[in-house]
Amino acid sequence: MRYFIRRALHAVFLLFGVSLLTFLFSALTPGNYFDEMRLNPQISPETVAALRSQYQLDRPLPVRYAHWLNAVAHGQLGFSFAYNNPVAPLLWARARNTLLLTITATLLAWLVALPLGVWSAASFGRAPDRVLSWTTATLLVVPDLVLALGLLILAVRTGWFPTGGLVSVGFDELSVSHKLRDIALHMTLPVVSLVLATLPMLVRHVRASVADVLDAPFLRAAAGHGIPQRKLLYRYALRAAANPLISLFGFSVGTLLSGSLLVEVVMSWPGLGPLLLESILARDLYVVIGGVLLSMLFLVGGSLFADILLYLADPRIRTAASAK
Amino acid sequence: MPLLEVKNLHVSYSARSGEVCPALAGVNFDLGPGEILGVLGESGSGKSTLAAALLRLLPSNGKIQKGLVLFEGKNLLEVSPQDLRRIRGGRIGLIFQEPSSSLHPTLQIGQQVSDVLAAHEYLARRALNEKTSQLLASVFPVDPERISHSYPHELSGGQRQRVLIAQAIACGPSLLVADEPTASLDPTTQKEILQLFGTLRQKLGLAMIFITHNPALLASLADRILVLYAGRVAEIGPAAKVLSSPQHPYTAALLRCLPTDFAEGQSARKTRLHVIAGEPPDLSLHERGCQFEPRCTERMEVCQCDEPAVNAVGELHEVSCFKFAG
Amino acid sequence: MQPLLRVENLVKHYAAGRSASLKDKLTALDGVSLSIPSGETLALVGESGSGKSTLALCIACLEPPTSGSIWFEGIDAAALGENQQCLLRPQIQLVFQDPASSLNPRWTALDIVSEPFLVQGRFTKPDRAVRALQLLDRVAIPRKMAARRADELSGGQKQRLAIARALALEPKLLILDEALSALDCSVQAQISNLLLDLQSSLGLTYLFITHDFAMAAHMADQIAVMYQGRIVESGPSEKILSSPNHEATRSLMAATPRFIETPGVLVHF
Repeated sequence: MRYFIRRALHAVFLLFGVSLLTFLFSALTPGNYFDEMRLNPQISPETVAALRSQYQLDRPLPVRYAHWLNAVAHGQLGFSFAYNNPVAPLLWARARNTLLLTITATLLAWLVALPLGVWSAASFGRAPDRVLSWTTATLLVVPDLVLALGLLILAVRTGWFPTGGLVSVGFDELSVSHKLRDIALHMTLPVVSLVLATLPMLVRHVRASVADVLDAPFLRAAAGHGIPQRKLLYRYALRAAANPLISLFGFSVGTLLSGSLLVEVVMSWPGLGPLLLESILARDLYVVIGGVLLSMLFLVGGSLFADILLYLADPRIRTAASAK
Repeated sequence: MPLLEVKNLHVSYSARSGEVCPALAGVNFDLGPGEILGVLGESGSGKSTLAAALLRLLPSNGKIQKGLVLFEGKNLLEVSPQDLRRIRGGRIGLIFQEPSSSLHPTLQIGQQVSDVLAAHEYLARRALNEKTSQLLASVFPVDPERISHSYPHELSGGQRQRVLIAQAIACGPSLLVADEPTASLDPTTQKEILQLFGTLRQKLGLAMIFITHNPALLASLADRILVLYAGRVAEIGPAAKVLSSPQHPYTAALLRCLPTDFAEGQSARKTRLHVIAGEPPDLSLHERGCQFEPRCTERMEVCQCDEPAVNAVGELHEVSCFKFAG
Repeated sequence: MQPLLRVENLVKHYAAGRSASLKDKLTALDGVSLSIPSGETLALVGESGSGKSTLALCIACLEPPTSGSIWFEGIDAAALGENQQCLLRPQIQLVFQDPASSLNPRWTALDIVSEPFLVQGRFTKPDRAVRALQLLDRVAIPRKMAARRADELSGGQKQRLAIARALALEPKLLILDEALSALDCSVQAQISNLLLDLQSSLGLTYLFITHDFAMAAHMADQIAVMYQGRIVESGPSEKILSSPNHEATRSLMAATPRFIETPGVLVHF
């Protein structure tokens, strides 16, 4: 228990540090949101200066940071210059879309990777394993961008899938089941793209971990007791190989918000990715910091989640933790 | 009708370089029901290979080249995978070396024993749990419930060994094969485990193949002893005979290596023990002739050229040595 | 003539559980006293958990005792500072039970035996090689095995290598912690002969830790029986073997598998 409290505190400090660094780096980059306006001859310098002072961009850095921290303490993440809205609801709306995509893709990828990896390990060196290894290697080599674009081209040529966005025009008039179908259709390509991008690595990890364990004495002993093959593979081998896979799963959870940026941009999915991209380019300071912080939260949370899972899954860790 | 007949068993391992190393070269022996056969062998003799080969559990680079393993009338080397699975654990119980790594690290003991029962018998959950408790109670006289909910890393070496025994006898096999079951244990625990084996044999009429490198362990347990050297049977005969008047030069030399019993011969303290000169042979070199010849004090010219045939030297007592060739 | 090693009232507590304080403590050694005259062998017999290995670590100055004294050649080793202990350590060397885990499997035999020289910064490179080969000769490892990696050696050869490494710094006291227990019978005989030879030629003193009474009886001048962190019985081998007093001694002797080789007669244990 104490261990987890310590880890949670550690996480809070980490988030603190990240926010500080992000703030620093964004504020130190030359230029700010209103620079574009300065180029416009129709807007007088006084207006720009007034806007700057309205948004407090002329105050010194520590003061701005302190104000921002204060806002966070009250549950607000600042104000977006571009959207003229508080940051938090903006981020949340986009994050929801991203999570819809990534949670589906992650679950699907893991559900497919586990049996494939186990099968590959069980037929180590033989035909099924070779075919799978070759396929995963190829997929790994192909850049995610190419995969996403490839799928997009498929959509354009065949017209089976929409080519972007979350919903079709006229969404609001559809019935509930049609609405769901619409979203599902729009989701298909991005999800497939994400799954194809992450699946190969997962399959390889599962294969490696399980193959390691298949040589272990306790597995031979279990085979010697006549335990059937399927039980041997899943209940005995996979369970014993679980530790590194649980850590990997924690990492998957951690990248739920950050892993899909490329796909979202290519497929025009209205998620966190495109928002962050725009905001960085436009120097929309508080959106950027808020977005980074949110991703960081997931990353740290994911690793904490993995630790909790490990604690629950492995009795040896429980014993070691209570002995400390 | 013997329970187990092994005829001309040849097993080899292939190294990564492609070299083939014979681990067992023509092993023959019989085992009757309820009989305990002690297999005496040092490192490199092929004893663990023998245990694994009986049930086709060799590691991936091992191969059974030829031979017959007849168990209850069936050739184990040719039965279907389903039948083999039923025999493993169901008719033949196997206890591997190293109790510390023969149990799954993250499953509870009770679960691991139940799994063995579930693999061979169709029992409802309650019946399964009851049977598991009974089984654990038969090997753990004290507090079997606590053991059932423990994990392997929470148990001592002796306790883990008892769990392995429980798993091996769970489905009432007629043969138990134990590979160095007491190697890593304390003397007191070792004695307890050996007594447990004796009790099981009495109560269940189990036949056993007890593999060890320590001759003293077989003195009170085994009916017959088979001495294995370099993958071949050097000598096989009644335990008392083999231990008190060993006929094969290797057996005799091995028994001479032991320190004299401490109840007598105190003047022998701190004197040099008999040793067997040289090292066990490197079987990948495929040397001709008797494998023990380089180290044998009684070697003859013929020993270098041919492998000795099996000769009878007494009642059910056989030796592979040219000393006894007709 | 003072004994080479004299241990007086050695106590060692380990902190158990979460607290770093010694409130919940595990007593590994509970007032152990023994002495070994120079050139002799003391066998320390006991079950696992009796504290034998802890005692070995304390005597070798690898673990500080909680209280008590360890007199080595008249110097109180436990009371020395860290620097001075470093000077003392080469004189007391350890050989462990499992050579596979105490020897780096990827190093060659020559490297393993030369390591102590490197660590202590003694001798020039050619000198080290010469001395290393001499050590290998001394333990009867054929020179052609010198360039082999440790994981290519047999169990007996590995243990010889461990002994050679222990001899590199010319120690006076060798602590053998179950050094023979993992070996085959014929190999045990070879190694025990080697140890006896080394003792007579180099004047070594041995602390021979084992749970095998038969080997203890064979190798040792004195036997001390350990039980739950205490020495419950000790004395000359003959006395202990012919008339054991303590329950622990008797049960250990009874548990040692033996058979007496008289033609036609077999005595069980």
